[in-house]
Amino acid sequence: MSDFDGNGCVGNGDALVRIRDLRFCHGPRVILDGVDIDIPRGKVTTIMGPSGTGKTTLLRLIGGQLKPEAGSIVVDGKNVPTLSRKELYRLRRRMGMMFQSGALFTDLSVFDNVAFPLREHTELPEEIIRDLVLMKLHAVGLRGARDLMPAELSGGMARRVALARAIALDPMMVMYDEPFTGQDPITVGVIMQLIRRLNDNLGLTSVVVSHDVKEVSAISDCIYLISNGEVVAKGGPDKLKSSGSAWAYQFLNAQPDGPVPFHYPAVGYKEDLMADES
Amino acid sequence: MLNWLQFLGRGGLDFFERLGRGHMFIVRVSAGLPGLFLQPRLVIQQLFSVGVLSLQIIAISGLTVGMVLGLQMYNTLVDFGAEDSLGPVVALSLVRELGPVLAALLFAGRAGSALTAEIGLMKATEQLSGMEMMAVDPIKRVVAPRFLAGAISLPLLAAIFSAIGILGSYFVGIGLLGVDSGAFWSQMQAKVDVQEDILNGVLKSIAFGVVATWIAVFEGYDAVPTTEGVSRATTRTVVHTAFAVLGLDFVLTALMFGGE
Repeated sequence: MSDFDGNGCVGNGDALVRIRDLRFCHGPRVILDGVDIDIPRGKVTTIMGPSGTGKTTLLRLIGGQLKPEAGSIVVDGKNVPTLSRKELYRLRRRMGMMFQSGALFTDLSVFDNVAFPLREHTELPEEIIRDLVLMKLHAVGLRGARDLMPAELSGGMARRVALARAIALDPMMVMYDEPFTGQDPITVGVIMQLIRRLNDNLGLTSVVVSHDVKEVSAISDCIYLISNGEVVAKGGPDKLKSSGSAWAYQFLNAQPDGPVPFHYPAVGYKEDLMADES
Repeated sequence: MLNWLQFLGRGGLDFFERLGRGHMFIVRVSAGLPGLFLQPRLVIQQLFSVGVLSLQIIAISGLTVGMVLGLQMYNTLVDFGAEDSLGPVVALSLVRELGPVLAALLFAGRAGSALTAEIGLMKATEQLSGMEMMAVDPIKRVVAPRFLAGAISLPLLAAIFSAIGILGSYFVGIGLLGVDSGAFWSQMQAKVDVQEDILNGVLKSIAFGVVATWIAVFEGYDAVPTTEGVSRATTRTVVHTAFAVLGLDFVLTALMFGGE
């Protein structure tokens, strides 16, 4: 691994999430193997890598939705895989997550979606819930869309509502799963700005999973590059570009061939063509 | 031969593995039921979508089944000069057997498939994952209210099915075929026993309600979260419920009426 901490990546001292020697398998396939990651408190950290390398899996492991085969995932001093359901749910109240699809409840309005965690976890009177929901929706620019149903929202609006819902309980950390995928440039700009601004203004810790190099480079303090189940490079956005890592070079420069091969593993081309059809 | 044995073995293992998962699932759902006393609104909403919205198909089917039953029974009874027994014959058929069984099969097609599709799609669109990440247990919040609503709805729907079916046979028997109205009702009153017939029918429909809704919510929750996965789960709900209801019906009938 190319290890060259930029300004944003910290050592062991001030990490909100500390992952050590993490191993996760899906059936016979090893997804993550020996992964070490520190998510610094108060910063925007991005996990990048080609499709299918286990980025979203990593978020689910941090959130305790999946259990690893080995290793530790310590979030704010608590080792997630060893927590009981009750302790895990207590920890999740302090985490927010924005799913790639938004994951809004389709039978609830925008307002009710954002109010959902407040109604489930607090005894606040409805007037205060209303004010809080409007504040969260205002923060993502969708106060006027409160009465719309999820089916009436564009993809970008749905993600902003999901973001408002993710911060409804004022979490310590928000995880973003592919927040820019499939969005138009304006929406990408809006979401980029929201991630950075909410992180700084609310004192959050943000973990972004993405493969949009330009976008995450603009907002991240620290980037981890994952490939083939392991961290192949890490550092600040500028330092990562000059890392000298073949993985980082191929990924950041969108090269079709390299450590991540263009061809899916197969027998030799000539051998395959000459082979009898049967 | 070896392949065939392997196929059989794998199929058996898969079956028992799913059966085990289904039982563990119902234990978790049952643990979520007491919490619903604090959130009755969730159950009431589901009673509407599972029960009230199934009324139309139950009422129309009950009416037509009752009318057909009235015609068929009359044609047989009249040969023996026993057409006055049309009331009790139709009522016993409906209350003991056809009401609970047909209502359960219709329930599986209308409400069970909808429950599976709804929960399966919630899984496919990450709504259940989102709920978990908000520290809300989807089994308690989504599955348990639907399960309870289904288990409550089916006995009521079966009762409505039987009642409308009796009315249907009344219209045919008295209105079209000239059976005596007084004999129709008085014989029914004399022959249909509350405990022996009606209560056993209600017990059957409660058992069918629990099983049909259990299968529906489990298939939805266990569905592969893709379009094809949800489609397959919905089909499985209807097929498995039909098998389970018909099999259970034989067992319950043997236990309730087998010794007569």
